[in-house]
Amino acid sequence: MASVLRFRKLCYVEPVRCSSLGFQSFETPKVDKKEEIVVSKVENEVLEKKKNKRQSKEWRSIDYCCWIIGYMCTTCWLLLFLYHCLPVTLPSFQVLESPGTRLKHEGLTALHPVVLVPGIVTGGLELWEGRPCSEGLFRKRLWGGSFAEIFKRPMCWLEHLSLHNETGLDPPGIRVRAVPGLVAADYFAPGYFVWAVLIENLAKIGYEGKNLHMAAYDWRLSFQNTEIRDQALSRLKSKIELMYVTNGYKKVVVVPHSMGVIYFLHFLKWVESPPPMGGGGGPGWCAKHIKAIMNIGPAFLGVPKAVSNIFSAESKEVAFIRAMAPSVLDSEILGLQTLEHLMRVSRTWDSTISLLPKGGETIWGNLDWSPEDGHGCDFVKKGQPSMSDNNLNSSNGRSCFQVKDPVKYGRMISFGKAASQLPSSQLPTHDSKEFLHTSASTNFNSSCGEVWTEYDEMSRESIRKISENKAYTARTLFDLLRSVAPKMMRRAENHFSHGISENLDDPKYAHYKYWSNPLETKLPDAPDMEIYCLYGVGIPTERAYVYKLAPSDKCKNIPFRIDSSADGDAGSGLKSGVYFVDGDESVPVLSAGFMCAKGWRGRTRFNPSGMATYIREYRHKRPASLLEGRGTESGAHVDIMGNVALIEDILRVAAGATGAEIGGDRIYSDIIRMSERINLRI
Amino acid sequence: MSFLRRRKATERPHAEPHDIDTETDDVHDKKKTKPRPKLRPKRWSCVDTCYWLIGCIFSAWWFLLFLFSAMPASFPQYVTEAITGPLPDPPGVKLKKEGLTAMHPVVFVPGIVTGGLELWEGHQCAEGLFRKRLWGGTFGELYKRPLCWAEHMSLDNETGLDPSGIRVRPVSGLVAADYFAPGYFVWAVLIANLARIGYEEKTMYMAAYDWRLSFQNTEVRDQTLSRIKSNIELLVATNGGNKVVVIPHSMGVLYFLHFMKWVEAPAPMGGGGGSDWCAKHIKAVMNIGAPFLGVPKAVAGLFSIEAKDIAVARAFAPGVLDKDVFGLQTLRHMMRMTRTWDSTMSMIPKGGDTIWGSLDWSPEGYFNCSAKRLKNNDINTADKNGNGSLESTKRVNYGRIISFGKDIAEIHSHEIERVDFRGAAKGNNLTNATKCDVWTEYQEMGIEGVKSVADYKVYTAGSILDLLRYVAPKLMARGDAHFSYGIADNLDDPKYDHYKYWSNPLETKLPNAPDMEIYTMYGVGVPTERAYVYKLTPAAECYIPFQIDTSAEGGSEGSCLKGGVFSVDGDETVPVLSSGFMCAKGWRGKTRFNPSGIRTYIREYDHAPPANLLEGRGTQSGAHVDIMGNFALIEDIIRVAAGATGEDLGGDRVYSDIFKWSEKINLQL
Repeated sequence: MASVLRFRKLCYVEPVRCSSLGFQSFETPKVDKKEEIVVSKVENEVLEKKKNKRQSKEWRSIDYCCWIIGYMCTTCWLLLFLYHCLPVTLPSFQVLESPGTRLKHEGLTALHPVVLVPGIVTGGLELWEGRPCSEGLFRKRLWGGSFAEIFKRPMCWLEHLSLHNETGLDPPGIRVRAVPGLVAADYFAPGYFVWAVLIENLAKIGYEGKNLHMAAYDWRLSFQNTEIRDQALSRLKSKIELMYVTNGYKKVVVVPHSMGVIYFLHFLKWVESPPPMGGGGGPGWCAKHIKAIMNIGPAFLGVPKAVSNIFSAESKEVAFIRAMAPSVLDSEILGLQTLEHLMRVSRTWDSTISLLPKGGETIWGNLDWSPEDGHGCDFVKKGQPSMSDNNLNSSNGRSCFQVKDPVKYGRMISFGKAASQLPSSQLPTHDSKEFLHTSASTNFNSSCGEVWTEYDEMSRESIRKISENKAYTARTLFDLLRSVAPKMMRRAENHFSHGISENLDDPKYAHYKYWSNPLETKLPDAPDMEIYCLYGVGIPTERAYVYKLAPSDKCKNIPFRIDSSADGDAGSGLKSGVYFVDGDESVPVLSAGFMCAKGWRGRTRFNPSGMATYIREYRHKRPASLLEGRGTESGAHVDIMGNVALIEDILRVAAGATGAEIGGDRIYSDIIRMSERINLRI
Repeated sequence: MSFLRRRKATERPHAEPHDIDTETDDVHDKKKTKPRPKLRPKRWSCVDTCYWLIGCIFSAWWFLLFLFSAMPASFPQYVTEAITGPLPDPPGVKLKKEGLTAMHPVVFVPGIVTGGLELWEGHQCAEGLFRKRLWGGTFGELYKRPLCWAEHMSLDNETGLDPSGIRVRPVSGLVAADYFAPGYFVWAVLIANLARIGYEEKTMYMAAYDWRLSFQNTEVRDQTLSRIKSNIELLVATNGGNKVVVIPHSMGVLYFLHFMKWVEAPAPMGGGGGSDWCAKHIKAVMNIGAPFLGVPKAVAGLFSIEAKDIAVARAFAPGVLDKDVFGLQTLRHMMRMTRTWDSTMSMIPKGGDTIWGSLDWSPEGYFNCSAKRLKNNDINTADKNGNGSLESTKRVNYGRIISFGKDIAEIHSHEIERVDFRGAAKGNNLTNATKCDVWTEYQEMGIEGVKSVADYKVYTAGSILDLLRYVAPKLMARGDAHFSYGIADNLDDPKYDHYKYWSNPLETKLPNAPDMEIYTMYGVGVPTERAYVYKLTPAAECYIPFQIDTSAEGGSEGSCLKGGVFSVDGDETVPVLSSGFMCAKGWRGKTRFNPSGIRTYIREYDHAPPANLLEGRGTQSGAHVDIMGNFALIEDIIRVAAGATGEDLGGDRVYSDIFKWSEKINLQL
């Protein structure tokens, strides 16, 4: 007993010393001396009782730890307590008046019901039926929210998020469904808003559950499959009809974002087509129910990011996961194969195919030409505030015009930096189709275990051949993808088409696979409807990639990698293997703006009823301080949902304004000139 | 604050030298003498010990938490099975093995207080609560800003709609009422079991509505009825034409009754669905814990806010609400808040004396409260010898829903001297009303008013309405515009087209849908409040002048009177009479209330308290809300949802005396 007590003493001395580390100046040397005496004395005793020595050490450290933990916890509680005692308004007293409040003072009130259509990856998914490994997760979010399950049972999580390889629907025994309601996509993860800011501002002028609807759908499925499996399109139709009736026969304003834009395009065709393929709403449905479609960050013509995502799972933003948990996924927690697992999962998602560039070389440029030629550097000057962190240091935008060769954006994938810059005459001229078709047949190392990425089924030889072809444009890209992922493309091409229609009256265009491609469908006959393209500009956006072969010959590896060593001169737009153009970080201006700027402007063959289109661009400005969070003037693909100007536009239209009343077009980029260079019959 | 804390820490080393001096001596001493336990407290100062303790607790806690999260998910089940033997399969799993799959879409209609409410627009004090739950969930705001919370939960005094500048709206979707508070399930168990046989979001729909509003006002303000109609139509259309099975609970039963009338009534008052809408869209209505004829609790709730269930908040935060968070006036604040909720008036007993009994007669007259069936621990059920039951079969005057004084409740009606209160003048104000910052109508009654109420001595279901109109004229004026509590003499009278009659089964006809089925499913075997003994509150400022006389006890062990409340068989909230009568008699066969002869089934579930703590709220409970976790009930629902009819289930399943009691009720059918 005595010894134990003495050991306590020992333990006591130690913490005091440590706790006063920061205050040693206060202590007199005398104290130190005394302490030393004590320590030495106690130590003597300790030596006497060697038997208990080890125990004493343990006591020391454990006590010490406990003490520290207790100290920290108490402090935390105190701070937390103080924080909670703060008046709620204190932290935000300097924040500007929100657009909702301002417009409310102007007298705006809720008029038209609003439908929000979320994009890819932002919508939550929850589990309804799963394998034994997912026990306890019933109706818990697998996607969105805290993503806690990635850490706890990663393989289980991946298994449940995958879809069936061949049908693109649920695997047997697993049912993962979209979260319904506004909670589906108000916040993607805690604190990372998507729609929340817009919803809050709409609520300020009087919106609530009965005139605000989130059209959540399972974004992994192809669009038509959301109807086949979940009747999502029917539900949306019924919701819109209901809101139209219960709000005094006011037409709805639809606000789709990102992929939601083409989803809603699909809906527009679906709803007027006759059943069983369509919704049977009749030809006047859109004219009767829809006032305006306000597309935010629209991916009308696809995004180049989708290419690299499918090709090598490397794009940054489409696979949000990496942004959310970069350290986890990029490190090797899943055993060296994070990317491969990711690829395997995301390749079962048909919806990613909907984002591949549409319109082929006519829109995206060929080996030597692209609509952005000569404009590639202009954006640098404009987006200056944002450029600093992207290392494209072109303090004087003028130098751009001295670049000798225009950047060849048309070559969406080139193998090696040189191949991306050489004139086309110097490139090897293989007929891509020919060898790509032969390559898929050879099936060398299919014994590569369970990871399925279709690359395992390709021979090394054919992989090498692919890289020999040097450069791929938006057209040959599809041949490339068909050869590296034949099953996926076969599945997906039943649901999506990426071409340009010659004759829109051809009866084949009544098939649903064309409905989400604005270049192969006509807009509905609704002359009073308005279409807005709202998107950010001034952020470098991925447009083309420089690839290399992955060094290793191992199986289960993705054989292609973005050549991150390829850096261009200042102002050339090339940085770590990626060519950038103006855009909103995900969608290039070309894809977001072309349809509104040219394809649908006036009465064209794509827009036979001549509905009005408006382009509203928002120049990116980084948040001035940390307090602003993700900024109120951001132009980035998701952050733009918090952009004050954009919110104001939406609120005004929802409260009854027309496009002309909010100021018509508002353009900062070169979209008009780019569109003019595109030679598309309209 | 942390700065201060540091300052304190620096002081300690200064004080140290002395301690250490004495300590060194002590060390020498200790070699010879016995160890002194006093030693440690001295050196290890109080604050340090605290830290140490907190640290220990936390480390242990974290460690356990870590173990817990590392534990395989099936572990608790394993332990339970080890202790109690293998658990029965949940009904969903069992029926899936039998081959049942989802067939009819399912619509849930939650009851009062169980649905979540969230804030869409509020006053300054509610900043930061946008789209946060004010009701349901953790009730965190109740603790942080109680007055603000009460202000936002209240409705407008006169219109029964939103007060200006405040918009509180029901949460939508299944999350609205799956859990009322974390861990306190309402619909979650049923949803989970339905999901096992293949139900999901597209085949289930939670008809969430703002349960504070009167039923017609949910349509006026939120178009809730239209939304339910559209959603049911959508469910039927997208599920291959299979009609829906509707499962309302508690007040949701009345709400859905209202809906069925509304949907077939012509616009603008109704939904204009046409006279065969219900026949086309509804397969069965499976009412759980149905208060068709109201609940006596609602009376006590309105009269003196003392019933337990109307203010579930009290059950959830008893410490807070019964103490003095609001100053001295918790109950009065609650009362003011709940009195703005029109929906509470939908549950006032309907049918008057005919149903609920008169001064000397009641359908349950000789109910024996000592019967073994009342298993609740509150009532000593041990009926050791047969004699006890003789004593307690003394009839109870259940008809006297409110009596002032225990003796009044028991003596024969001839002996009661009553002074009619109806004409009594409401005298000068009870107290200086300006002092009381809380509004209830009692202040306007005056002492004479209060006295005349007490002088009337006894109130039956019929006179209760007059009483309430007297003590709360404004409230009842609002309520009378939306609800009616009588019995119709002639159902074809055109006045019954008005919406205020739609939620009263005794004043409406069921829709013309001969293929539809109506189930009433409720728990029995739990003592349920049926009548009250009141007393006057000793006069004090700003008090509710009446309160339940909790000192009134029945005397014998088997008595039905306990704590001023006469109880009867039921599910803890709704007496059997209210939930069973319509299906046992009022709608059985082709009656004037059920002209098309819709089949009715009674399914009773005998209450069995959970065997041990591990079972949580029990799988055989018959209590009003806990019954939603009752396996037998869930099984019945799943079978019907998968296509079975009432006959397939086995028809009626009755434990109580409902048929006997119904026969005693003299109602023209």
